[in-house]
Amino acid sequence: MIPANFDYESPRTLSEALDLLASREDAKVLAGGHSLLPAMKLRLAQPAMLVDIGRIGGLSYIKEFADGIAIGTTTTHAEVAASEALLRNSPLLALAAAQIGDIQVRNRGTIGGSLAQAHPAADYPAAVLALDAEIVAHSRSGERVIPAAQFFTGMFSTALRNDEILTEVRISRTTGEGVTYKKFHHPASGYAVVGVAVRLKFSGSNIDSAAVGITGVADLAYRASAVEIALRGKPVSAIADAAARAANGVDIIGDYFASAEYRQHLVTVMTRRALEEAAASRRK
Amino acid sequence: MATPAKAPGRPSKANGKGAWVGRRLKRKEDPRLIRGISHYTDDFKLAGMVYCAFARSPHAHADIKSINTDAAKGTPGVIGVFTAQDTTSIGPVPCAIQMPGLKVPRHPVLAEGRVRYVGEPVAVVVAEDLYVARDAAEKVEVEYEPLPVVTDMEKALSNDTAYVHDEFKSNQAFTHTLKNGNLEAAFKKADKVVKQRMINQRLCPLAMEPRAVIAEYLPGENRLTVWSSTQIPHLLKTQISLLVGLPETSVRVIAPEVGGGFGSKLNVYSEEGVVPWLSMKVGRPVKWNEGRRENFMATIHGRDTINDVELALKKDGTILGMRSRVLADMGAYHQLLTPLIPQLTALMHAGCYKIPAIQIDIIGVFTNKMSTDAYRGAGRPEATYNVERIMDIAARELEMDPAQFRLKNFPKSKEFPYTTITGLTYDSAKYQESLAKALKLSGYDSLRKRQKSARKNGKYYGIGVSTYVEICAIGPSAATPAGGWESATVRIEPTGKVTLLTGASPHGQGEETTFAQLIADELGLVPDDINVVHGDTAVVPYGLGTYGSRATAVGGSAAYMATQKLKAKMATLAAHLLESKPSDIVFGRRSLSTKSGKKKSLSFGDVVTAAYTAHKIPAGFEPGLEATHFFEPSNFTFPFGAHIASVEVDAETGEVKIDKYVAVDDCGNVINPMLVAGQIHGGLAQGIGQAMWEELIYNEDGQLVTGTLMDYTMPKAHFFPEFVLDHTVTPSPVNPMGVKGVGEAGTIASTPCMVNAVCDALSPLGIRHIDMPLKPERVWRAIRQAESAPPKAESEESPKKQSKKGTAGRRRP
Repeated sequence: MIPANFDYESPRTLSEALDLLASREDAKVLAGGHSLLPAMKLRLAQPAMLVDIGRIGGLSYIKEFADGIAIGTTTTHAEVAASEALLRNSPLLALAAAQIGDIQVRNRGTIGGSLAQAHPAADYPAAVLALDAEIVAHSRSGERVIPAAQFFTGMFSTALRNDEILTEVRISRTTGEGVTYKKFHHPASGYAVVGVAVRLKFSGSNIDSAAVGITGVADLAYRASAVEIALRGKPVSAIADAAARAANGVDIIGDYFASAEYRQHLVTVMTRRALEEAAASRRK
Repeated sequence: MATPAKAPGRPSKANGKGAWVGRRLKRKEDPRLIRGISHYTDDFKLAGMVYCAFARSPHAHADIKSINTDAAKGTPGVIGVFTAQDTTSIGPVPCAIQMPGLKVPRHPVLAEGRVRYVGEPVAVVVAEDLYVARDAAEKVEVEYEPLPVVTDMEKALSNDTAYVHDEFKSNQAFTHTLKNGNLEAAFKKADKVVKQRMINQRLCPLAMEPRAVIAEYLPGENRLTVWSSTQIPHLLKTQISLLVGLPETSVRVIAPEVGGGFGSKLNVYSEEGVVPWLSMKVGRPVKWNEGRRENFMATIHGRDTINDVELALKKDGTILGMRSRVLADMGAYHQLLTPLIPQLTALMHAGCYKIPAIQIDIIGVFTNKMSTDAYRGAGRPEATYNVERIMDIAARELEMDPAQFRLKNFPKSKEFPYTTITGLTYDSAKYQESLAKALKLSGYDSLRKRQKSARKNGKYYGIGVSTYVEICAIGPSAATPAGGWESATVRIEPTGKVTLLTGASPHGQGEETTFAQLIADELGLVPDDINVVHGDTAVVPYGLGTYGSRATAVGGSAAYMATQKLKAKMATLAAHLLESKPSDIVFGRRSLSTKSGKKKSLSFGDVVTAAYTAHKIPAGFEPGLEATHFFEPSNFTFPFGAHIASVEVDAETGEVKIDKYVAVDDCGNVINPMLVAGQIHGGLAQGIGQAMWEELIYNEDGQLVTGTLMDYTMPKAHFFPEFVLDHTVTPSPVNPMGVKGVGEAGTIASTPCMVNAVCDALSPLGIRHIDMPLKPERVWRAIRQAESAPPKAESEESPKKQSKKGTAGRRRP
């Protein structure tokens, strides 16, 4: 459990960090270290240099702006989970953050680190997909805004370029919507065997539109568009039928804890329960 | 919890014993451990110390064609790289068990030409620092030629198999049959026979502190000192002297703080031979610290048996006979006690029941996996699982309440000492009282009512009952491979403080506190007056260590007996000084007095001073106050108890929620109720952990696929409800304190209790057994299979309606 040799840099500004990152091909950004360091200890990852962004001022914040809320990249899961601004205006991220790992992980792990890692069973990806979040990255050539739908490109892979640092996540307010994050925990790792993030917009008693982000089930988190289509303009009684489509067209992963067949079943149950819970949360 | 609380600071007499015994005293050990200011092996840094790391096999079974150590040797900072060619002088890893027909393969400290499990050490690197050692170990180039891998025990015994050890031309390590009574007749006259096949899966002991060894050899003095995270410092000292060829008088073993063992450190490992040898070879102190991944791969595992169990019964629920066949996975080699563990399973197969006839066939099997050996409970959990599961299945098939069925088949308390059909003599017990208490505490009748209404609402609520008896205080020497006694030296120092040197080797159990409590009561002192010293073979007389829930019953008894010798001596001296007779002297608080005639008294300190100054001693009186006792128990002890769990199963996902857990245990007299509760809590977590979550999985290639804490589910505190504990007290007659042992009890009863509860919840579906761990997918599959199975005619074995709850009698084929 001892990593291979690596260099360590701890810049104090974003531009220094970007310079360092550009200076070495196999440099990696270190935030909370809760994904990268375990991989390094198992020697699955052997970066030549770590650029620790933890001491750069001004990257940890939760700010309201006209169109929504912006979360700085080094904001910890615990801070996201406890944020009044989020819980009041757009609780989905906070609900997901509260269920990540355990207390120690939530106190150290960061939103930027988790998203950039793109673990197939991480919780945030389902939530940012359902929220149609914007993910902001910086490189030496400036800022780039990546829609969440284009951010995740595969298992542990994202649209981030090697010379970019993820700096901010922007989400819209979900006032008046039914919102929830429902998770089936892996008892050892705490990752999601299935995680379902749901937003329901209502028009009268019918569902106007649904956004369903699912993690843990495939190589990367996805939007369950078959479920969303089946709910459009429908009453809540359509939920069970719609949820049965949660894995439509998805290549489901299996492991020693949960086979693909079981996950396929579980994702429909968890999606149904999430939709029911979201619908109930709005009625309250 | 329901354990009666004692007001702090006020002496209690819970067991009629004294001022300190019976009190909920916080551990003397805790301040230093909690504050992190104590020393585990890895905390020691010796001048000039170097580090080693092992290159281990990535293959489960392969020939080693060549080993190239050049790149490793060429790494700056590397002092030496060694393979089996260099270590031929180190004796093989020892197996202490002898039994007829036992095949004992040679177990070299480093693999000789062939590897037989993933993680087997192949080479060792010594370097100036730990990081260089680990990096260089990765540079040892080994050319392997993979061989067919043996992982499945049944396949290993078939004709279509490779051999783990070619020389035996078989993978069968031993067979052993324990048989008594007329079993054929019992099965012939049975009204009913129930059978079940059950898997007891492989587990990782997972001590919080992995193993660690430091060795320092001083050539001038020809003295080897070894610090090791071990449960058995003296036995290890003897074995290290044999491994490296030094006289035993030249070897000192120190077990500093040990961060848990659970049996996994009741062993002698390759590294405990190699690291001392390295220190002798390179002339520097050498440290090895096991990583967590190494701990998963290369520290012994527990359990791993396949069991076929049958019970013959009369209609009225009377047990007529029992038959079991147990396949026990040895792994690739025998460690210290590997083949012994299933013998304990055989011996404990009668559980707490009257069984007139029995046969247990045990077959040890070699596979390409890490060795199994003693893990908390060591053979008893396997036996208890078989017994308590088959009892539950029998009760269900006879439409009897599982508690009533058990009550019917217990021996009565007046029948004790009770000789079982397997030949053990149980010392003392009140099984009926224990189960009755658990039923009452759990509100059993209202739990059954709750189950009934849950079922009406389409919910699956289940209640599990399990009783148990275990074998502790290991044990009488005649029944153990290395003797079963324990030593104690009690020394009253000139200032009146007391030093106890105990041969037990506590590593979390708290005997620094409990032994101090019992001596304080005997001498009229307080526990802070007594310093308990253990774990250093240069300081403590030879002792056998801590395992098998023996430390208090055997080591504590030794301390008690040594204290009695000192009391007699002090009484003699006091009588001389007070011009009285020794039989007239009584111990009070820090005083010795005459009890008859004119009350005369001396302070404890005055008598101690007199013993040391030796100015006024009787003729022939030996100065000083030190006594040693080697306590040999006359029998094992047999703690027992009854546990009740209730669970709710989410039939859609297969998740099991533990609603309630009640444990009533009887470990005889209790010295410190708080520590007993702590042992029960930890035991329950591990026992329920096996039932619900824990599982070491080797795939077909012999790769360990649940070998990290991300994959192997070590239960966490929030997985459990608040445990409800109580106890009955049935003193043991086999030791002077009437104690029995409690270190493993929780692990023994809770595993079948949980499975009984889940199977009870799902019984309306006709589900009778699910193998552990009861992870959600497995439960979901069982439910799905039961739901899709067509309603079936009742089997011949179950001519009656399936459940008295009036639920559908659907049964799996």
